Amino acid sequence: VNDATRGAGPAAAPRGRDPTGHRGVVAVVFDLRVLRVLGQLAAIAVLIAVAAYLSDNYQANVRDRNLRTGWGFLDEPTGFNIAFSDFRSGQPVRDALWVGVKNTAVSAVVGILLATVLGVLVGILRLSGSWVARKAATLYVEVLRNVPVLLIILFTAAGLQTLPRIDEARSLGSVAAISNRGISVVSPVAGDNLAAYTVLLAVGLAAALAVAAWRTRISDASGAPHHRVLWAGGLFLVVAVVGYVALGGPVTLSRPEVGGRAIAGGASLNIPYVALTGALGLYHGSHIAEIVRGSILAVPHGQVEAAMAVGLSDFQRLRFVILPQAFRIAVPPTINQYLSLTKNTSLGIAVAYSDVAGLAFRLTGARAPALQMFAIVMAIYLVFSLTTSLVLNVFNRRVQLVER
Amino acid sequence: MEPVVEIPGTGPTVEPLPVPSPVPTGRPEVHLTPRQWMRQNLFATPWGSVLSVVFGLVLAYGTYRLAWFVAVSSDWQIIRSNLRLFMIGRFPSEEVSRLWGALYIVAALAGLLSGAIVAKAEEEARAAGRGVARPGRWDWLRRYWPALGALAVILSQTRTWTPSLLALVGMAVLLVTRRLGRGAAWLARFAWLVLLAGVVAVNELITGFGGVGWGDWGGLLLTMFVTVAGIALSFPLGVLVALGRRSSLPALRGMTVAYIELIRGVPLVALLFMGHYVVPLLYPTTVEPPSALARALIAVTLFESAYIAETVRGGLQAITRGQYEAAQALGLAPWKVMRLIVLPQALRAVIPAMVGQFISLFKDTSLLAILGFFELLEVAENTVSQPEFLGQRLHTVTYAFVALIYWAGSYTMSRESRRIEHRLGLGERR
Repeated sequence: VNDATRGAGPAAAPRGRDPTGHRGVVAVVFDLRVLRVLGQLAAIAVLIAVAAYLSDNYQANVRDRNLRTGWGFLDEPTGFNIAFSDFRSGQPVRDALWVGVKNTAVSAVVGILLATVLGVLVGILRLSGSWVARKAATLYVEVLRNVPVLLIILFTAAGLQTLPRIDEARSLGSVAAISNRGISVVSPVAGDNLAAYTVLLAVGLAAALAVAAWRTRISDASGAPHHRVLWAGGLFLVVAVVGYVALGGPVTLSRPEVGGRAIAGGASLNIPYVALTGALGLYHGSHIAEIVRGSILAVPHGQVEAAMAVGLSDFQRLRFVILPQAFRIAVPPTINQYLSLTKNTSLGIAVAYSDVAGLAFRLTGARAPALQMFAIVMAIYLVFSLTTSLVLNVFNRRVQLVER
Repeated sequence: MEPVVEIPGTGPTVEPLPVPSPVPTGRPEVHLTPRQWMRQNLFATPWGSVLSVVFGLVLAYGTYRLAWFVAVSSDWQIIRSNLRLFMIGRFPSEEVSRLWGALYIVAALAGLLSGAIVAKAEEEARAAGRGVARPGRWDWLRRYWPALGALAVILSQTRTWTPSLLALVGMAVLLVTRRLGRGAAWLARFAWLVLLAGVVAVNELITGFGGVGWGDWGGLLLTMFVTVAGIALSFPLGVLVALGRRSSLPALRGMTVAYIELIRGVPLVALLFMGHYVVPLLYPTTVEPPSALARALIAVTLFESAYIAETVRGGLQAITRGQYEAAQALGLAPWKVMRLIVLPQALRAVIPAMVGQFISLFKDTSLLAILGFFELLEVAENTVSQPEFLGQRLHTVTYAFVALIYWAGSYTMSRESRRIEHRLGLGERR
């Protein structure tokens, strides 16, 4: 046992002391604390060496191929227009990227809303008492979840191409007008006194919150039912309706009208946007449906039995026992779906949607330096991901149970 | 392994452990008349009745539209005349025999290994005194119907009988080698070696001896290649990164955390973009940069390994301290503790999640179409612009065919992973 080689491995060296009884260089080098520091230094050294090697190669390539360096390209004109935006080819790269960021954000937010609504509905349907509804929901989930999202996007885009041509655009009860050039939906337009109405709504909201707090206090003190939603919501609704009438219609609706070779009025949604956002909503909706279903099933059965035992009705059981607990379980995986949906907006490139990744591709093709462009894209997505996960994680922490 | 130390009263010879009945069912089976069944499952409550009627109509209409799409409105000629493109891309037709050879090797290996693994599992179960669940006669059909159905659809689009016959031979190879594998349980221990040998053999058979390089692979072949290569490369890397992530050395942990978070923060498209434009700039000027496919593989591997690392980390975290402490008490070296005690348990626990990750890799290979690689989805986009099919709006037809292939692959895998999950007893509450 008293052999220096036996104790030589980092494995055999216990904390702080050499088991072999040797003192001196061997003991110092094979001391676990020393080894830990040495190992980390070695790892950092390797990382730096690799980075230096790559940067060297990059410099050589820049010289050889006469590539552009620096960030000056951000202020140069792009040389192309961006479809469905006001961006013209003379504007700088910087502005093009900003258009991309806005497009990504819009598509992500609307996609998330769509996926959540769809996912919750389908997830609950998957547990419905009706066999047919259950099977229909299962079909939706199992088909969409197992097909590449890019394929769904392309399929949706191909499907939208079969809509009527613009000169034969169809109007859906003056709520929407559809054609294969775009879909227009009814949209609010500012009328007179909009500013006054906004102020009024803000006051109404504040009053409603105060009433809700008051009802909560009463309920806490006396144990009487608080009916917060009824009181606060009712107050807000009254303020909103009375104000709307009194101010003579501060918001009006612009309805799409079909005529000739264009659709007038309404908010126009272009086909790439509809294809991308709709497909992302469908695809991630199927994933969220699984999360919702799994979370409801994951609530321990004892909870349901306990709720029945204290005599809660079906609705009360769902509202006060099952859903609050299922919600807690569902939040973290749903956050992941939101993040993944945000990243998947980059697939808009396949249907010529000008999101930030697609624009970066085009800009690099138009002689913007690749490395800088990639760094920008990476930074933008990191900002997106980090803000989303920060906001949602704060939210998550608030809804999770506080345990001892 | 059999217990070496006999503890009185616990040995299997002294007192056989109670054999659990296979799959205890919660409720006794009740036979309902169709009328009772409908009352219970369709019209139990007013709200449920409404749902039943509404979704019944939706399903009926959907089925009608689907049947119309498949049988009447679509011209499947585009699939028939381009089936080769869909399957193997622009792979030279005089070299196709190599692919069949490779397919047989794969079938033989799959048969041998699956047979050996099943045999070994049964051996272990018997040694531990557990019951062995024998699969039913038609279990294979229940388990693999999506893949088999897709295969049948593909073969139905062939113009000659040769591919069907050759595929049948492949099935026969699979069945025979599986029988052989059952008699050689020891093979299971060398599964990795066997797989490695298989990959080398397949690659040599197709690309070696004046064969066809990766650049000419396409269609389903390319999709499968990228999937398999992606898994093979990213799995070991992911495990290493996960170990670094769990390391107690701050520098190592910091680096791996940065890697995981950076990669998971950006979309795969951006990484493919990096592989396409940036990677060549990082190579020495004197060296020819790798081919476009190799660069895409680099991007896919970097991407996938970050996700695998997070999956494996979940498994590592699930291993209790006691396991480490017991292993250390036995005097195992740290790397042995990892390799023999912790990793096997951790990886076993995350098999279902890992399969899910592989499914998403399989689906993500479609993104290579964006870079213009001639994989399945790109074939679907390309064939519609062939002169004889131009302007007929056949996109939906080709996409539907490709979707079927992707769906069959992913759905089969996800069903299998659910089966494994069930077997491992994971995710079972209540």
